[in-house]
Amino acid sequence: MQKYSLFSLARNALSGHRNWPLAWRSPPLKDRYDVVVIGAGGHGLATAYYLAKEFGVINIAVLERGWLGGGNIARNTVTIRSNYMRDASIPFYVKSVAMYEGLTRELNFNMMHSKRTMVDVVQTWPKLRELRRRQLVMDIYGSTYEQITTAELRRRIPALTGGGPEARLPVICGMVHTDAGVNRHDAVAWGYARAADAMGVEIHQQTAVHSLLRGAQGAIEGVATSRGTVRANKVVVAVSGHTTTLTETAGLRLPLRTMNLTAFVSEPVQPLIDVIVNCPDSGFYFSQSDKGEMVIGGAPDMGQSFRRDIKQHVFEDTVSAMLSLFPRFKKLKLLRQWGGHLDIAHDASPIMDQTEVPGLFVTAGWWGGYKAIPAGGLTLAHLVAKGAPHPLMAAFTLDRFRHLDFVMEAGTTTAR
Amino acid sequence: MLLIPCPFCGARSESEFIYGGPVRAARPDPNVVSDADWVDYLTVVPNPLGPVQEHWWHARGCGEWLTIWRDTRTHDIVEAPDEIE
Ligand SMILES: Cc1cc2nc3c(=O)[nH]c(=O)nc-3n(C[C@H](O)[C@H](O)[C@H](O)COP(=O)(O)OP(=O)(O)OC[C@H]3O[C@@H](n4cnc5c(N)ncnc54)[C@H](O)[C@@H]3O)c2cc1C
Ligand SMILES: [Zn+2]
Repeated sequence: MQKYSLFSLARNALSGHRNWPLAWRSPPLKDRYDVVVIGAGGHGLATAYYLAKEFGVINIAVLERGWLGGGNIARNTVTIRSNYMRDASIPFYVKSVAMYEGLTRELNFNMMHSKRTMVDVVQTWPKLRELRRRQLVMDIYGSTYEQITTAELRRRIPALTGGGPEARLPVICGMVHTDAGVNRHDAVAWGYARAADAMGVEIHQQTAVHSLLRGAQGAIEGVATSRGTVRANKVVVAVSGHTTTLTETAGLRLPLRTMNLTAFVSEPVQPLIDVIVNCPDSGFYFSQSDKGEMVIGGAPDMGQSFRRDIKQHVFEDTVSAMLSLFPRFKKLKLLRQWGGHLDIAHDASPIMDQTEVPGLFVTAGWWGGYKAIPAGGLTLAHLVAKGAPHPLMAAFTLDRFRHLDFVMEAGTTTAR
Repeated sequence: MLLIPCPFCGARSESEFIYGGPVRAARPDPNVVSDADWVDYLTVVPNPLGPVQEHWWHARGCGEWLTIWRDTRTHDIVEAPDEIE
């Protein structure tokens, strides 16, 4: 792997940028690997990277139906935060946020990380009570939440001119989560891919997995793909919204539903907002990208959906909620809108486990799982390599459903 | 935007309705079913690339609850699949 540095930049500039090496190889597909990872999104690539880096498992193929980093990772709004509710969740996300902060160095790839704080605009008393409850638990694990007055909130976010005393939902106060940040989603996918490839991991794009193959004893044996059968005794399903589509081919039933989540961006404007603004009571959130675009997300489409577009009324509801608090945004021109389909577990927490099919692992339920990519990859790699869950993710296995011992995060994922 | 058929009001815009969740199997008696079936009833809903059955509430209309079959790939409201009938 050629190290990216000022020196390599200068040298390649001298040769007119014609000699940069490819960031990863496209090797021929073999018919057997130690581990097959299905899905070259954030979780699949990070799992492959940590398997190689931390556990010395190199003979890995990552199989991707489309192109690397073209799934939900390319569609997300890059909010990275750890303000969750449960003792099991918060340390996991604290770890992931910390890993993200060191990822530029770890992968020698500029993540354009910007630790810029998330501010919740609170408009109802039940929401304030819920956030204060979260604050009590977060405090144990060193994740920060701090209440600020409306005056302070409006000083920090001058564009917040709605929600006055006459509004239907007047602003009550703000809650500040200083650990939150944003970074560049392509860099995460490409950085993990390049570093994994450099250690020998093979990434095969345009390789769709059609079904999971089980041997005579029931254990996983490999996968049937659009390019033939690929065998492995360990298979990791990291396909985001399509988990059940695949696991059903092995006869599994998982507590996951797939739903459509959407976002849109405005034209670039001058720097206006330097934090991530989250308005849970009105149902939208946004941040300003380095290019100056407002990146805006709203509520999900509530029914099950495998669509990647945005429903007109979801779009209109989000826009009208935003204009009630930020009336000046009426002048913004919107450039692009899109959606993704994500699976969400019964209790809204992730599922990382070896399933009842020996050798078949899933990492799923990543509703708002971009922030979880580093810790998710590391802890799943631990499980795949060692056969035992990593302590940080032990609560996220399927056992919690067998015992009806949910890690209830329903409601805390609204900011993604 | 869906056009949802309300038995009283006819086809109305989705924005008048509130989604009421997937239609589930009848609640079994937890003292009779196996633990696995009980957990399955509580936590697992079908998640197909295709028709799902769901409740909708005509909240900003006549107040009626209704069920529809809807295709998760297209949003088309469809007939009940044959094998279910
Ligand atoms: C609009 C939107 C906003 C979001 N905002 C945030 C946010 O602010 N913060 C946050 O933390 N999270 C956010 N998320 C969630 C985040 O994007 C996902 O949780 C995360 O990307 C899922 O993990 P992944 O990157 O591995 O998934 P993906 O990138 O979807 O990777 C899965 C890959 O599997 C491939 N695949 C699927 N089926 C097959 C098959 N049969 N064979 C081979 N390959 C297959 C897909 O092509 C895809 O590349 C958002 C999501 C959306 C849609
Ligand atoms: Zn009606």
